[in-house]
Amino acid sequence: MSSPKKSKTRTIKVDYLARVEGEGAMFIKLAGGEVKEVRLEIFEPPRFFEAFLRGRNFTEAPDITARICGICPIAYQMSSINAMEDLCGVSIGGQLRELRRLIYCGEWIQSHVLHAFMLHLPDFLGYQDAIQMAGDHPDLVKKALRMKKLGNEIMNIVGGRAVHPINMRVGGFYRVPTRDELLTLNDELSWAIGVAEELVHFTGELKFLDFEQDYEFVAMRHPDEYAIIDGRLISNRGLDISVREFDEHIQEEHVRHSTALHARIKARGNYFVGPLARFNLNFEQLSPRAQAAAKRSGLGKRCNNPFKSIIVRSVEILYALELAQEIIGKYKMPERPYVEVKPKAGTGYGCSEAPRGICHHRYTIDEEGTIMDARIAPPTSQNQKTIESDLANFVRARIELPHDELQWQCEQAIRNYDPCISCSTHFLRLHIEQE
Amino acid sequence: MSRARQKPKLAVWKFASCDGCQLSLLDCEDELLDVVGAVEIAYFLEASRATTAGPYDLSLVEGSITTAQDAERIQEIRKQSKFLITIGACATSGGIQALRNFKDVKDFISVVYASPKYIETLKTSTAISEHVKVDFELHGCPINKVQLLEVINAFLNQRKPNIASHSVCMECKRRGTVCVMVAHGTACLGPVTHAGCGAICPSYNRGCYGCFGPMETPNMPALSKWWKVELGVSDPNLVRALRTFNTNSKQFKEESERHE
Repeated sequence: MSSPKKSKTRTIKVDYLARVEGEGAMFIKLAGGEVKEVRLEIFEPPRFFEAFLRGRNFTEAPDITARICGICPIAYQMSSINAMEDLCGVSIGGQLRELRRLIYCGEWIQSHVLHAFMLHLPDFLGYQDAIQMAGDHPDLVKKALRMKKLGNEIMNIVGGRAVHPINMRVGGFYRVPTRDELLTLNDELSWAIGVAEELVHFTGELKFLDFEQDYEFVAMRHPDEYAIIDGRLISNRGLDISVREFDEHIQEEHVRHSTALHARIKARGNYFVGPLARFNLNFEQLSPRAQAAAKRSGLGKRCNNPFKSIIVRSVEILYALELAQEIIGKYKMPERPYVEVKPKAGTGYGCSEAPRGICHHRYTIDEEGTIMDARIAPPTSQNQKTIESDLANFVRARIELPHDELQWQCEQAIRNYDPCISCSTHFLRLHIEQE
Repeated sequence: MSRARQKPKLAVWKFASCDGCQLSLLDCEDELLDVVGAVEIAYFLEASRATTAGPYDLSLVEGSITTAQDAERIQEIRKQSKFLITIGACATSGGIQALRNFKDVKDFISVVYASPKYIETLKTSTAISEHVKVDFELHGCPINKVQLLEVINAFLNQRKPNIASHSVCMECKRRGTVCVMVAHGTACLGPVTHAGCGAICPSYNRGCYGCFGPMETPNMPALSKWWKVELGVSDPNLVRALRTFNTNSKQFKEESERHE
């Protein structure tokens, strides 16, 4: 390997980024101490969901779009269901809505624990993976696995299974759980809430690279809740729109180096979605216990360092566990598992907070309920431009670092986003090149 | 135990897919640490940045072949693998992305992408077995993690995996679920669908939607007749039901074509 100080050309490349979901690469070109080019290359093969949704019945969208991502299927199911119900003029409230929030908590818990403690934490503690980490920190890994299992168990009971649940439908559920079925989760939730509080504290003690950026954060806002399944879309720079107005304010662009479309706010440019955005915009709506744990861990009400997203994910795990327990405590089995939804010709919009950020869907259907057009904006494709700008700014300040160290840190800067490439392709090889 | 010193090398590969089937391995929360105690995770990018060069004792392959580059990559993986097992509907039958096989892929590209010239893709999405010899196919969209553990165990111990090849109907009977098709008139693909999920859908009052693909010897015409005559399902609805996550599997494909 050539010494970066002597050589004019420098290439840092990772052909297949690890501990991310899906396939992508990173390419960074450095010349004369300057960052010339940064590309997050997404080469996950395209699967054309929006094309083959055409001609399907509107009731099929939840099961089909779930297959975009095995890690966050509920996000796709919920957003597509929201869009169809918007379109057909149906609003689901009461216990059916609470069950939707409950299964979404399950998804947040399993996805966040997987990323924070099995994919992200090894970077902070200097391991290649969670398996290596388990050798030195067996109790920590076992606690994380037990908590992840609980998230999956919530999805199993409410949804039938953890990957691609079968119970979500337009209008509600095929079958609603009994109160006793849900109460089996209660003891484990009590255990997990205590452990999650410890883990927020633990992640707060980690050493963080100094990297603060001035981001436009975008998340959903609900008047009474830390938004998960519905709300308006807001940002820290004045965006305040309904889910229906998404296309008027946000544009998707197709670039050569990615099979995922890049999103930008038309008026300003790139933006940031996910746990950090939600935390910054909706902190006051977290539970008192989650707010207190965040403060004890050293987080303020605002956090602009994406490396600290591991603390924020831990806070959200705590919140989701508490919320799940609250919902179960108040649960009364609804008389009907679903509301009949009749198709209406038109265009509908749906959005929800996937573990990685807002997942926006738009569908046009005809009077028979056949899908004429579909548009899906997954969270990782919305974050792509921000990841690239992070990398450029991050590398610029660290050009003198030894190659291997810089490469690993760049990978970490990407993993901060918990990128889900399978989702966005509709992501990662890493090259850093210096001329 | 001569094998005790060197742990067998396990590799996990990804092609066009949603990552859900490889996630099933990480979802084995109670067994994961025992699995990694028994095998060396030599290549598993979703979980680790550490990789070891082949050859590998056991390769698990997720996803379908949709690009020319991937068609070459699977050949190399086969050469490096003593046993190769496909995990899930994408690898085993081409996945939902095989819906392109019925259409002109150029039309599909232009629906999704503004600059189609940047997109390189094959006209079809195909199963791994259409490209290389496969030692075992594990069905499901997604796979069942208990079955995954059984298959890993079997191959590491050089025995046949104990995976039933009968239909979902048997699983309903075993579970004591009342037949949703006979009792409620709900259209169900259970009679022709490969077992493995544990008959989840009927236990949630919905018909099986065939995510495990066709069973070994499905009686497709009998199912179609029942749906059409007894349940009044229209041809287009029957065709769409057969064209989902296993649309390119021979039996589902041919039956759907008969009703087009």
